[in-house]
Amino acid sequence: MTVLAGLVAPGFLSSGPVRVALALGGIVSLVSAPVGVLTVVRRQSFAGHALGDIGATGGAGAFLLGVSALWGFLASSAIAVGAFHVAGSRERRSRDIATGIVLGAALGVSALFLYLDANSTSTTGATMTVLFGSLFVVPPGTVPLVAGLGAVALVAVLVCFRPLLLAAVHPDVAAARGVRVRRVELGYLVALAVAVALSAMTIGAVLSTALLVGPSGAALRVTRRPGSAVALAAALGVVATFAGVLLAYDSYAWPPAQHGWPASFFVVVLLFVADLAAGLLAGRGRRRSARRRAG
Amino acid sequence: MRSEAAGGRAAGSGGAALGRPPVLSVEDVGVVLGGRLIVEGVRFGLAPGEVTGLIGPNGAGKTTVLRVVLGLVRPTSGLVRREGAARRPGGLAYVPQQHLVDAELPLRARDLVGLGLDGHRLGIPLPTRRRRELVDEALERVGAAGFADDRIGRLSGGQQQRVLLAHALVARPAVVVLDEPLANLDVRSEQEVAELLGRVAAEHEVAVLVSAHDVNPLLPVMSRVVYLAEGRAVWGTTEEVVRSEVLTRLYRHHVDVLRVHGRILVVPAGPATRVDVPDPDRPPGSDGGVEQVR
Repeated sequence: MTVLAGLVAPGFLSSGPVRVALALGGIVSLVSAPVGVLTVVRRQSFAGHALGDIGATGGAGAFLLGVSALWGFLASSAIAVGAFHVAGSRERRSRDIATGIVLGAALGVSALFLYLDANSTSTTGATMTVLFGSLFVVPPGTVPLVAGLGAVALVAVLVCFRPLLLAAVHPDVAAARGVRVRRVELGYLVALAVAVALSAMTIGAVLSTALLVGPSGAALRVTRRPGSAVALAAALGVVATFAGVLLAYDSYAWPPAQHGWPASFFVVVLLFVADLAAGLLAGRGRRRSARRRAG
Repeated sequence: MRSEAAGGRAAGSGGAALGRPPVLSVEDVGVVLGGRLIVEGVRFGLAPGEVTGLIGPNGAGKTTVLRVVLGLVRPTSGLVRREGAARRPGGLAYVPQQHLVDAELPLRARDLVGLGLDGHRLGIPLPTRRRRELVDEALERVGAAGFADDRIGRLSGGQQQRVLLAHALVARPAVVVLDEPLANLDVRSEQEVAELLGRVAAEHEVAVLVSAHDVNPLLPVMSRVVYLAEGRAVWGTTEEVVRSEVLTRLYRHHVDVLRVHGRILVVPAGPATRVDVPDPDRPPGSDGGVEQVR
């Protein structure tokens, strides 16, 4: 108890920005869990990452227009997802090349927007916020919007979860069973766009993939059931974001004095450690069952 | 009538050759994909309780015909009648060519079979006793009960195929379509899978359509054969179709059909030396390459 009291600096839970940060982190983790599990099993982690990078352009643009970065993230993710859906029927190789070219262009435009942002507001805050996130400066009024969007994405992905899993096994098997593969994939892509936008809001556009596929990747190493993979990923995400917020709050007392460390740093490091631990755990389980079989 | 089916222009004469009305019939189907003619004038019917072999060399369009049957490819000409199949709740089911499922996929064998029952529905499945019984029964039927709780991606190719077959059967389909289920199997596994398909067809009144490049492993269980070559097809019983004069007409160059020790060797002669001879020296145990690890 004393250890916990020592960890939680005074005033943590009564701080307004901390509450907003915790709410945001919790919602994003819950939405990212089912979306992330599907992203990993569909091998679309790269698409998720591309969405984050393209999101940076939208976020930087939103800053320039003086509106919430969330709208920018959402708009650019939505456009990119539409493009993915149209390109979905095309050959994989040409799709990857197109994605690469579009990514480069998007990041180039972000560079311009961020440069203009920095000049017009005479601060480097925009760059940091868009690329790496800053949970503590999210206005409290954003929380209901984030919760609403998160609920929509969560419902969309849970409704389509079964057919999407079957399509991940083999699209033709799913189609023969009566699944409208293209339609449920659109449901997934919409949920992915929202999850990436919310994730970009939380830990920044560049790091958003970490929150999307990090917890799911770790969960998938240690469980073999779809339901428990989603539950475990959600739990991991919540623990990592909450601990990240707590550590960032504590870090105000660390050197350099009066400058907190970014919460994104802690969240990403914690997720990385979780993934390593899951890998070790899975490896040990495999060796043990191999020994049991041999013995 | 039957011999006419085989001896006709390029294809059989429809349901007349079947003892029972077909649950699915392919009528004069042609497919053009990307400007290239894949097949034309393909006719056959599938009757309940029968195994039909779709035989032909690689590149003859077997997979395209299977996809037309399943409704995944729209025929350019002709039509596929599925009225009979639509009367059964399970409709059509598909077992794709052996491919290794991603090891990351968080599905046990029984989860995948469960998706055969309700994977097309939206929402989250509720575990009921009835559902569990149906899944166990389907796994038992294909000899997959022993690895029901293993992750699907950690099973060997042959084991995955049995699970996919259970997935196909659990909803009681009218037609099960299998793409090259005997590829990459050793001789004994070939026999086992062929017997399994025969048993499934007979016991559950299912029409089974199975593609293969070699006719021999299917001989003990196959009622009828659709022989595909040069973009055309002949349909009939094995005796009617796998004959030198019929295949010569199909291939448009001389083909010898030799019957040796209960096996059939199809040997096309001439400049196109595409030879369809089973390899007697194929090493057994080629299926055991992937060890089951957890």
